[in-house]
Amino acid sequence: MSKYLVDKFLYTVDRDPELVERYREDPAGTVAWWQQHLAGTLLNCHQAEQTTWLSFTPQEHRALVEHDHVRLFELGAHPFLTLTLFIAMFERDHGPLEYQLAYARAMDHLHLPYPDIAT
Amino acid sequence: MATVAAVIASTHHPFYYRASTSAGPDRPPFADEWVAKIEAFRQTLTRAEPDVLVMVGSDHFHQLWLDNMPQFLIGKAPFFDANWYNEEREFGLPRMRLAGDEDLAAYLLREGLDAGFDLAFSNELRIDHSVTCPIITLRPQADLPIVPVYTNIFAPPMPQPKRFVQLGRALRQMVEAWPVDKRVAIIGTGHLSLELGGPRQFGEHGPDPEFDRKAVSWIANGDIDACLAEVTLDSLHTPGNATHGFMDFMLMMGAAGDGVKADYVDSLDLFHTMEAYFTWYPA
Repeated sequence: MSKYLVDKFLYTVDRDPELVERYREDPAGTVAWWQQHLAGTLLNCHQAEQTTWLSFTPQEHRALVEHDHVRLFELGAHPFLTLTLFIAMFERDHGPLEYQLAYARAMDHLHLPYPDIAT
Repeated sequence: MATVAAVIASTHHPFYYRASTSAGPDRPPFADEWVAKIEAFRQTLTRAEPDVLVMVGSDHFHQLWLDNMPQFLIGKAPFFDANWYNEEREFGLPRMRLAGDEDLAAYLLREGLDAGFDLAFSNELRIDHSVTCPIITLRPQADLPIVPVYTNIFAPPMPQPKRFVQLGRALRQMVEAWPVDKRVAIIGTGHLSLELGGPRQFGEHGPDPEFDRKAVSWIANGDIDACLAEVTLDSLHTPGNATHGFMDFMLMMGAAGDGVKADYVDSLDLFHTMEAYFTWYPA
């Protein structure tokens, strides 16, 4: 499990307009590129100072590549990060609130307690 | 000595700006009632004639991140740029720049540290909608200097609810002892029951109207004991997965005082979450 790295992916993509579009159009390619170029980047530090030990589990990788917000929730990704990024990518294809409500309905089988989001 | 001109607690709804400025078919049916309530609420701050605003809120993973996460942080800078690309994108919020009161920020940091609160600080803080929403609703001219106080209600592990109350009490005491002849309003925003990114999000009401009714009663009556008896870090998961933002309301209850009833109380039942507005005028 690397909930932290999943959250870092969602966080760094959501705050970059170009990466939001790339992740929408090419999730597999964007995840692969991100793993190579950003996963080990210590934010606010020189590129030479790379974190050496962070990697996704196969389940986390698959959930990101498949744009699977339900699985990301089940894996303990921070739900605010997932929601914000997925609204940015997919709300445009739907009517008012339609996407947000469909997003919720896809999770109707989930009940309290929700997965732990502590990192 | 400084005067606490008002203590104000509010929800911060990022959709207010767009709802209140939209026209024609884009204007939601609840916008007129919402604007009327906000304009009445705004008068409670205007009447207090503040010189400076202490603004309690929480960064939503904008500048503060999991590689370096403070629990409580005070912004000390001459200016604060405000709002972020993803807030423009999702909420239509405008870019803003607010002046800071560095003297009050330095004073609160020194006194807070000496009072046992290990406060973090930032000299370059870009603030987000938890602070700009109440500026837009309560002081849209954005003409007063601010001191931002950020709390962690977002990334576990978080401080206990009682710690929020204690910090609120301390903020009130420190402001009252500030040896400067200024009128200070302490304004803080949080949430009632709220779900983000889970199955209960964006319903016709907040996810837990019963919690909301109780919460409004606790706040309106300054009933800190009852609130602390019922609210824990674990219990806040039940009303909705983002309800830990209620701890910022608890901070404001500490600032308002134990058992002190609010002088102004209003609420608005909206889709997704209930709005609630409270003002106290310390004697």
